[in-house]
Parts: sequence; structure tokens; C-alpha cells
Amino acid sequence: MRRLKAQIMDTVGVDRTLTRLAHEILERNKGAESIVIVGIRTRGEFLAERIARKIEETERVELKIGFLDITLYRDDLLGKLEQPQLKSTEILFNINGKNVILIDDVLYTGRTIRAALDALIDFGRPRTIQLAVLVDRGHRQLPIRADYVGKNIPTTADESIRVHVREADGEDAVLLMNPEEPDPCPPDHTV
Amino acid sequence: MPLQSRHLLGLDGMPRQDLQLILDTAVSFREVLERPIKKVPPLQGKTIANMFFENSTRTRLSFELAERRLSADVLGFQSTGSSVSKGETLKDTARNIEAMKVDMVVMRHFASGAPHYLSTVIEGHVINAGDGSHEHPTQALLDMYTIREKLGRLEDLHVCIVGDIAHSRVARSNIYGLRTMGARVSVCGPATMIPREIERMGVEVHHHLDDVLPHVDVLNVLRIQLERDAGRLFPSIREYHAMYGITRARLEKAGRAVTIMHPGPINRDVELSSDVADGEHSVILQQVLNGVAVRMAVLYLLSSK
Amino acid sequence: MQVLLKGATLIDPVSGHDGAMDLHIADGVIQQLGPNLSVSRAQVFDLRGKVVAPGFIDMHVHLREPGFEHKETIRTGVEAAAAGGFTAVCCMPNTNPAIDDESVIRFIQSKAGIALNGLVDVYPVGAVTVGRKGEQLAPLAELAAAGAVAFSDDGEPVQSAEMVRRALEYSGMFGRPLIQHAQDLPLTKGGVMHEGFTATELGLPGMPGIAEEVMVARDVRIVEFTGGRYHVAHISTAGTLELVRAAKARHLHVSCEVSPHHFTLTDEAVRTYDTNTKMNPPLRTRDDVEALKEGLRDGSIEVIATDHAPHSFDEKQVEFSSAPFGIVGLETAFGLAVTELVRKNVLSLYQLIQKFSTNPRAILGLPAIRVSEGEKANLTMFDPAAEWVVDPSEFKTMSKNTPFGGYKLTGRALGVINNGQILWTE
Repeated sequence: MRRLKAQIMDTVGVDRTLTRLAHEILERNKGAESIVIVGIRTRGEFLAERIARKIEETERVELKIGFLDITLYRDDLLGKLEQPQLKSTEILFNINGKNVILIDDVLYTGRTIRAALDALIDFGRPRTIQLAVLVDRGHRQLPIRADYVGKNIPTTADESIRVHVREADGEDAVLLMNPEEPDPCPPDHTV
Repeated sequence: MPLQSRHLLGLDGMPRQDLQLILDTAVSFREVLERPIKKVPPLQGKTIANMFFENSTRTRLSFELAERRLSADVLGFQSTGSSVSKGETLKDTARNIEAMKVDMVVMRHFASGAPHYLSTVIEGHVINAGDGSHEHPTQALLDMYTIREKLGRLEDLHVCIVGDIAHSRVARSNIYGLRTMGARVSVCGPATMIPREIERMGVEVHHHLDDVLPHVDVLNVLRIQLERDAGRLFPSIREYHAMYGITRARLEKAGRAVTIMHPGPINRDVELSSDVADGEHSVILQQVLNGVAVRMAVLYLLSSK
Repeated sequence: MQVLLKGATLIDPVSGHDGAMDLHIADGVIQQLGPNLSVSRAQVFDLRGKVVAPGFIDMHVHLREPGFEHKETIRTGVEAAAAGGFTAVCCMPNTNPAIDDESVIRFIQSKAGIALNGLVDVYPVGAVTVGRKGEQLAPLAELAAAGAVAFSDDGEPVQSAEMVRRALEYSGMFGRPLIQHAQDLPLTKGGVMHEGFTATELGLPGMPGIAEEVMVARDVRIVEFTGGRYHVAHISTAGTLELVRAAKARHLHVSCEVSPHHFTLTDEAVRTYDTNTKMNPPLRTRDDVEALKEGLRDGSIEVIATDHAPHSFDEKQVEFSSAPFGIVGLETAFGLAVTELVRKNVLSLYQLIQKFSTNPRAILGLPAIRVSEGEKANLTMFDPAAEWVVDPSEFKTMSKNTPFGGYKLTGRALGVINNGQILWTE
């Protein structure tokens, strides 16, 4: 099990960060006209919805928003003992020539984003793909960087970051967890 | 929650959660088929052999498309089994498959039980693409998917399978799958085409279509083997059509919007009239599209086990 | 050769003896019977707890030679028979050439005389029709004179009622039975297993029980018309048994046999698509099995015969529908019979010996085996309590096609004595 090391963000912090990200996205793209939002399932989809809402409120437009399940594009699929459950991908609009804002909760090794890029490109030829993440914790294994970062959190490789979102976890929070400890109790006490 | 078996030999005994998992997974692949690029990479580096010991263009193409859309390497083999001694062919084929280090084998065979035999002699996963008169599990899965897509559920629906039940692997797999999912299943056909004691599989038996038609939600109409059976299992095509042919007039008389399915290819105006086959309640073309998605789901779920 | 069998229970249905008895045998002849015998210079075998019985005969065996020596030869078949406790077998005529000619009988007899020095008597069954084609009567008189003990086209049931009539009339002149493999072929066309629920689920073409029954029903009417002796091979259904009972009630010369697999297994065994569950007639239902056991109990079924049908490994290593029918049976018959019949109180050991020895010999018109002083020793020794596990790799038969591999059985043959030869299985 892992123990909490520090709480990095609370509800207010998450909301404030998402607001800033929304503004940065608008600034960089000179408005909302050319952009579409795609969230990576599972946590990324909720963050994408919230960022989209903030942009819509600011700009008084309606944004196209989609959700991407990258399971089929994972590079560790063949080594797995069982196939992960597929979730649905919903991109019901044309991404050709658009500026696609790809949204995820945590940027870590970069492999999820690599899979997401492959998946997105199977939907068409966007003008740009820009990456927005709530947290960048470093330790990249691929040459990938985020265009918009909510917060850079230096971590050691054996620590972990947990992002909680209201829609899935009942609260908004970013938590830094200590390295995995050998279980002191018999399995009965683990969740 | 993985599948329980490392092969797909049939739906007999397949637990409900496995059926559910395959159908749910197929929804994701159905979406892939709507994309501009209808190809995803999860089976990259896997080799799949399609071994067809019986002619079947439709099923073979559907599997091949599913495999290619999952980025697998595909090799095919088709034999009608007439030129070589039948027994030797399967055994030698099994050995060859082993030697080629393929990961999965999709097999269609004229002999009931042939995929079961194959699964005992090779390492790879075996997927039954139809064996004799026994099972055709992916056809039944795509039928179930199509019903669920059209009517929103399987539970408590009344599905009637019409035609030559005795020689139909589609019928058997549908009966197993639909019964497990809680549907009511009946079979309808001449007594010469109803196998003995089929009631014990949990289905109702009817011989007169108009008796059952007012009560059904779905008709799954089987293809009649005209050349083989006319004069032996039924007197003539004319009489078969009169008794079991599905026509608009007959459906209107029953006064019910019945969903029409057919595994294809259709003998038009024998078991199914054209106005019904192409009518608004027909889901025959959806079956074809869904077949690819369902097969993708099966291949994907079995590939890691 | 002087042999003293000590401490065994002698069960001899011919004399009615059933109790402890020592046997002194010299030069193949029973010298002395009695309690507590002691003979100087005799080889003594301690058979306490074991049984000595008149030699068993399996009246339905396929030795495959001539023609199919890759499945079985007369030598290996005879060795399997001896290992299974049989001192005699009847070999069926579906050889190549068929046993429709005196020369084939001579050939078989000469081979059988060499195998195990003639320990096992091999009685050929002659074909009813030339080439077993059902078209023209085989030379039954010539075959009978040469040593054919019965006539059959086994595997190719005589379809024509007219031919059955002629065969019964003609064979009746020699007092030899007509053994019918009863199966109406059009009713079983393409069939590979019993037609019923299991076949429906497995999608395998069926062979309905009525295919056997309609032919027996027809043949019994013919027997009533012609006279002659009629024996139904390997009956498999309750319906056939009813017909045989009715024929006996009318005092016709109608008899029948059952194979161990038909009183042990049901069509459920086919579910694995194991080709060693494919035989003809096919495995039937639980009701049929129970009826057959009842038929054995009440005496309607006089004979247990194996239908020993060896097929090579490769021939059975195919899809179910392509595999040949039949399984080997000589080395499991006695164990299955004790396990399924004696242990389950269907038959006593005494009755079992009648089905394996006394009754088939009577049906075939062979001299009864008398276990008494001065008579030739033709004996089967067995241990009714021995527990063992069937291991096909240990079989003497050349083929290993059996569904009983790994079965735990009770009752095993220990040895046989016949024609001045003695063979112990262990």
C-alpha cells in the first residue's frame, strides 16, 4: 500500500489551475474558433469537459469535445496477462485541419500520450495537436512534452501521483503518494 | 475480467459474463469501424491462420477484415477437402500450423467437433468459425449483438429460428447464447428438420409458422439447402415457401413489427421474400457489419490469454 | 507338464459345481479333481481366493487378418484373447478377402495353430454372401465343412429380406446360426452416433435405435417362417431386447449377445468427440443400458461378446465423423463385466461364466467343456477381486483404440489352459 506524502492541490487549487489552462489555450490559439477538445479516458475526460466549459463560458461558443480510449494503442498490450477492458472512444466530429487540445491528468513516461497521438491520427490530419495536463511529474521515456502544464511536481520514480476528480472520485484533489510499502498486515486489511 | 476459456469453440456452457464481455467489447470495435481509418494496432505482431475446410466466402472475409483491422498478420488456407483423404488433411494441417508458430487459428470445418480436436493438438488459440452441424459461435454472437443493438436487450425477447434446425450450427449456437442471456427461443420448421429431443435444450418447437409469428420479436431465418434437401426433407421448394417462407403479407397478418435476421446468403423468395429481406425491419446488413466488430472483440479478448 | 492348481474355487456351470477344488492336470488332461490334492513333481500354483472356470470364448472378434494386418494379426489377436482370459474366439469374416471361401478358413486355421502354439481356438465365422455383398449366397456347406461355426456378413447387415430368408433356410441344414448385425442402412445413412439429445447438441448425424429394431423385428418374423437359428450380434437398445424376448417366448431359435461397452457407457461419452467412443451400433442412452443389464439378469441376453475391432492409431486420430467405427475389447471385457455386472449385483460369477463360456458354446454348437477327470483341460483362471487400472500401452492387441484407458476395474484374468498349453498373464 501507499501512504499519502502530501496534498498538492485541493478543490479550489484544481479549479484555479483548470481556469488558467483554459486561458492559456485560448491565448495560444487566438480564440476558440479552430480548437476541438479531446480527453483521454478516464480522468482526462472529466478534466476536458471542465476546461471546455470554462472556454465556452469565456468565449460564448459551443466547443466540440471528444473522448479517447487508448487501450488498443498501448504498447504493453501483448505482454499483459489479460486484456484491459475497452472503454468507448467518442470523436463524433472531423478533426482535419483543427487544433486538437488533448487533455490528460498526469504526464509521466509519455507512453499514454504516444498511444493517444497514434489513435488521434487514425481519425484524420489535425493542423496541430496540443497537450494539456493537470500535472507533469517528469520521468519521460519518450520525447514528448506538454504545451500546457497545470503544475510541475518533481517526484521520484517510485512515488506516485493520484488525481481525484469529483465526477469519478467524489472530490477534486492531487495527491503525492509515498513509495509502495511492503504490506504490514495480512491481505484481509488491504482494500 | 478475462474470458474463461482460451479458445472459442462454442457457446455451449459459456457463462453469461463472458457473453456480456464479448458483446460490450464489440461496441468499442463497432465505433472503430466508423472511423476514417478503421484500423487499430492491438494485435500487431500476432499471426492468425484462417483454415477453411469448407467454402465460406462471407465468414472468411469477415474474419480476415477483423484480423487486419486489429493489425494482425493473416494467412489463409482454403480446401474443400474432396481431393485429399479428409482425416489426413486436418492432422497434417495441425502439424503445419504448429510448425509455423501461429498465435491463433480460425477454423471452419465440415466435421462437427473438428475445432475441439484441433484445440487438443496445437498450442495456439482456436476459434471455431463453424463446425459441421454443431456450432458457429461468432455468428450467434453477432446475431445477439444485432438484436441488442436494435431492440436494446436480449432478456425476455422471443427469438424464433426458422428452417433446417437439424443441420444448423447457427441455430445451436444461437440457442445456447440466447438462452444464457435470458431470451425465449423457439424453433420452427418441418418435423423432418427438427432434431430429436431439442426441447431439452430449452426451446419451444413449432411446425406452423403462423401459430408462433404473433408472439415473436425476432425471426432468425436460416438458409435452406435447396439442392441437398428438396424431395428428401421437404417435398418441394414451392411447398416449403408456402409453409415457412417469410413474406410481407404473412408478417402483416401477424400484426407485429418483427425484426428479421438471416445469416446469408439468402435464397430470395424461398425462405425470405425480397420485400421483407430489404424491408424496414430487416437488420441483415447490420448483421454483416456487426460481424466484423464482434469478431474483432473475440480476437482481441482471446489474444492475450 | 504336470500342473497342480491349489485352493481355487471351481465354478463349472456344466456340472453345476461351485466350490473349492484342487485340479491336477498333466499333458493337457485333467487327471484328478478333489480337495487337498498333492502331487509329487507337479508345478503347484496357489490359487486361494481365485476362480477356475471353463475356458471363455469371445464369439465376436475381428482379427483383421488377412487384409488389415496394420490393425491386428491373428497372432496379436490371439495373444490379446489369451491375456483377456479367452481360450477361444470366433473371428468375423470382414477380412480381405472375406471368409467366403474354404481357403481363407484354412489360412486362418494354420495361422491360429502357430500363435501361442495353438493355445487359443480360433473359430472362423463364414460370410453369408459372396464378398459380404448381400447378393449371392456364399458356399455355406463348404464353409461349414471347413470349420465355420456360424455365418454372418457382420458390418454389412444383410438388407434384403429375401436373402435373410434363403440364408436361414440354407444354414439351418447345418445347424449353424446366422449372426446378424442388425441395422437398416438407409435409416443410419451418414450417422455416426446414437440419434438423441446428445447428438442433437453435438450436431452429429444420428443412428436411431429403430434402425436396429426394425431389422430384428423383420428377421424374427422370417425365422418364424423358415426355422433355423438366428443370433443378434451386439444388441444395443431396449427395443431390440423386447423383440428378442418376444421371439424366445414363441420358442424360436433366437439368441443375442451384448458388448461390454454397451452395458457400461452411454452416448454422453461422445461429448468429448473422442473417436474411441465411436462404434457401431453406437453407444445408447441410460435407459438402454439399464434395459440391457436387466436382459443379462433375466437371461434374455445369453452372451457377452466384445466386438473387438482394432483400428490403428492414425485411423482414429481424425475428426469424429471421419473415424472408423469400433474399439478393442478382448483385454477389458472381463474386468468391465465384473465391475459393471457382478459388483453391481446384476449377475453372479456363476452366471457371468455362463455368458462367457457355456452359453456361447451352446449357441455355436461347440462341445461343452466338462471340468472332470479324463477331460481335456480348457480353463480360464481369474481373480474376481483384483483391482487394476486399464493401461492401453500394455495391451497385447496391436491397436489401442479403447475409451477405457485409465478406468479402474475389478476382476482380472490370471491365465488360461487349453490344448496342452498354459499361459499366465503375470
